Amino acid sequence: MQNHPVYTDNDPQTEYSTLNLGPTHPATHGVFQNVLQMDGERIVSGVSTIGYIHRAFEKIAEHRPFYQITPLTDRLNYCSSPINNMGWHMTVEKMLNIQMPKRVDYMRVIIMELARIADHIICNGVLGVDTGAFTGFLYMMEYREEIYEIYEEICGSRLTTNIGRIGGFERNFNKIAFDKIRKFLVKFPPVLREFEALFNRNRIFVDRTKGVAAVTQADALSYSWSGPILRATGVDYDVRAMEPYSSYEDFDFEVPVGENGDVYNRFLVRNEEMWQSMRIIEQALNKIEKEPSDIFHADVPAFYLPPKEEVYNNMEALIYHFKIVMGEVDTPNAEVYHAVEGANGELGFYLINDGGRSPYRLHFRRPSFINYQMYAPMSRGMLLSDAIINMSSLNVIAGELDA
Amino acid sequence: MGKIANDILLQKLTDKFAGQVVETGADFGLLTVETNKEVITDVLTFLKTDAALQFIFLTDLTAVHYPDQEKQIGVVYHLHSLTTNTRIRIKVFLTLEDCHIPTASTIWDGANWMERETYDFFGVIFDGHPDLRRILNVDDMTVFPMRKEFPLEDPNRIDKKDYFFGR
Repeated sequence: MQNHPVYTDNDPQTEYSTLNLGPTHPATHGVFQNVLQMDGERIVSGVSTIGYIHRAFEKIAEHRPFYQITPLTDRLNYCSSPINNMGWHMTVEKMLNIQMPKRVDYMRVIIMELARIADHIICNGVLGVDTGAFTGFLYMMEYREEIYEIYEEICGSRLTTNIGRIGGFERNFNKIAFDKIRKFLVKFPPVLREFEALFNRNRIFVDRTKGVAAVTQADALSYSWSGPILRATGVDYDVRAMEPYSSYEDFDFEVPVGENGDVYNRFLVRNEEMWQSMRIIEQALNKIEKEPSDIFHADVPAFYLPPKEEVYNNMEALIYHFKIVMGEVDTPNAEVYHAVEGANGELGFYLINDGGRSPYRLHFRRPSFINYQMYAPMSRGMLLSDAIINMSSLNVIAGELDA
Repeated sequence: MGKIANDILLQKLTDKFAGQVVETGADFGLLTVETNKEVITDVLTFLKTDAALQFIFLTDLTAVHYPDQEKQIGVVYHLHSLTTNTRIRIKVFLTLEDCHIPTASTIWDGANWMERETYDFFGVIFDGHPDLRRILNVDDMTVFPMRKEFPLEDPNRIDKKDYFFGR
């Protein structure tokens, strides 16, 4: 797997030093512990310990009605919560056979692609920090802030968004939100271009990242990698393209792939994905204009919480409100697997429903958990400093790792 | 190559493993088959290596607990054939007394942690697994918390009992 020599027990040197990398080392960007055996600067072997922020979401989900599970999904990959939220809504809608109006699909696409950009900004910015370039990170961070302001305009919160509802959105996007999205599409491209100019051919950055932690396609597939890091090895697997959800089939975009799966390739793939995301958002804004502007949810009163004014003034709304909140609505016996392309890869929801008010079993296929498992094996023979940037480029988010 | 139709896929499986692989449903177009732990390794290997199928991607591996069944623990595999864009779901049911199943980590490296997670939460023992330890819970935990009998909250608490809500 490695270009570097791997040390074996037959090496003349028999004593290694042990290094606890983490659980709270600033270079690991989250709660990860790796106990490394070091031969000087080189890693001989490593053992990952995870679970430091395990919160038993799958167990909690078995005791909560469907709409109360959305806030749990927020806390998986908290750098791109809206994608998790939308993925969950779509899973439940698939189970209930709810067809979304096109406009809602496009609104979701916009919000998911914004989340993807926000996530990639962090990942690529932090990769810059770890290779010694703080400027790019700070410069890009401002635009993540702009994305968070868009979330705030749409749903009122920033990090753990709980955005949208089963059956659509809780409210329509207002004019300020659309203006902010359009403004973002104008302001961000020059910044991203400058960011690329700063890094893509920067001698120091390229020397630090090229050929580091290169992964073959066979290894990546065997370890069930997905997302940008799999695409960096040259496999063009993107759920948005392979199994379009939320009307992604209506959009014209490319799936960028890399060549040799090293840190540099992952960086380039993420940058290119931000460009593609902006293309998608632009198309979505144009498509939304052609749809009736007052539709922001499907017509499913049995599952979509009515607005409060109606609850207080309208009998049907009050009944539905009560039934939804108390979990009195019948749901089908069904088994659903629904996957969305999260910022880190295939985020899957495996839902078994027995007709009750909460899932019988809900399993999250969390890309960070599955992607991270190659980290310790692939670190063998690597320099410690390379292992650090390797971790940044995997973009493992502790919340998603531990669920 | 386009998507493999469910009946063709099922035909190939039943031809190869007569009587050992049974279709149990195709909710939302995703073919679900049930098999047993004696042939599970062969089924997975066949699905992965057959030239026409190529289910090379192990999407997910988890388990479900059905306390009312004789075989209480269901181990669930989701495979994905990237070349044909087909998914399949495979289930194996195990009894609590004999909660053993051969590991899939010899077929996919990625199965390693997924099996550790499944062991951690359901107590499924994957025979041949290189490092079957708890992964998310603390090492000295004695129970398997995703089993249905494990309470989420204080069992003495009554304010959330269903009968208060007419259920």
